[in-house]
Amino acid sequence: MAEDAKTSGNAEALFGKTMDCHEAVHQLYHFLDGQLTEERRSQIAEHLNYCAPCGGAAEFEAELRLVIANRCKDHVPEALIRRIATAIDEESRQHDGER
Amino acid sequence: MEFMPGLYSAALRMTRNAADAEDLVQETYLKAYRSYGSFQEGTNLRAWLYRILTNTYINSYRAARRRPEVTDVEDVEDLYLYKRMAGPGGIRAGRSAEDEALDAFTDDVVKSALEELPDAFRIAVLLADVEGFSYKEISEITDVPIGTVMSRIHRGRRALQKALHDTAAARGLVGSTSGASVE
Repeated sequence: MAEDAKTSGNAEALFGKTMDCHEAVHQLYHFLDGQLTEERRSQIAEHLNYCAPCGGAAEFEAELRLVIANRCKDHVPEALIRRIATAIDEESRQHDGER
Repeated sequence: MEFMPGLYSAALRMTRNAADAEDLVQETYLKAYRSYGSFQEGTNLRAWLYRILTNTYINSYRAARRRPEVTDVEDVEDLYLYKRMAGPGGIRAGRSAEDEALDAFTDDVVKSALEELPDAFRIAVLLADVEGFSYKEISEITDVPIGTVMSRIHRGRRALQKALHDTAAARGLVGSTSGASVE
């Protein structure tokens, strides 16, 4: 995103912003993970708000994360649920027998 | 057994094999049942179960695997997918380019791509982005310092983006070159 960085760098010079695209992108995971101080978080939020390419990237990353989580669901086999219930049952009976 | 769907999915991603995943989940429940006395009321039951699952996987299943363990991932640039799929020059310019790009990632593509990552990175990304644990919880689940956890999550995510792109491209779901035609 070299060109975007350059353009937005100029915008920063004009508007006196304190964050550039490189830094915002670099901290994007920390930002999305909620791992930043409030001051840092609001600086990045502000940058994402006025810099369309970085804002788009942040939106894409957040949506991608949801897609990944949603695509990783699996149906638990009924047989497994029964097998585990039986195994725990046996275990508890053994346990009672030892008393 | 409210946590079973998540544990079973995590086990599948770890072992990459349904039979092993079932055994792993059963072992996890039995271990949890046996050591429930050591579980401290008021602490996170879900995280405790994932800790047992992860430790059991690392100690039993991984050790039994024949192929040599890969311990590192390729360094992949930031925003790998966004640059190739959503921005200008992405698969198709237009309002829903992003949605369209993300549609290419079917269940099968996402699972395969995730399962390609080496253990340490796969587990970190899985716990963070699929199971939604915090860095601190993952550090406790895996017994790995938080700084290492963070670095594995970040590098693992970037490697996953390339794996997603390559996997989707191999199945013909996205163009294999970044500058595909714009209609």
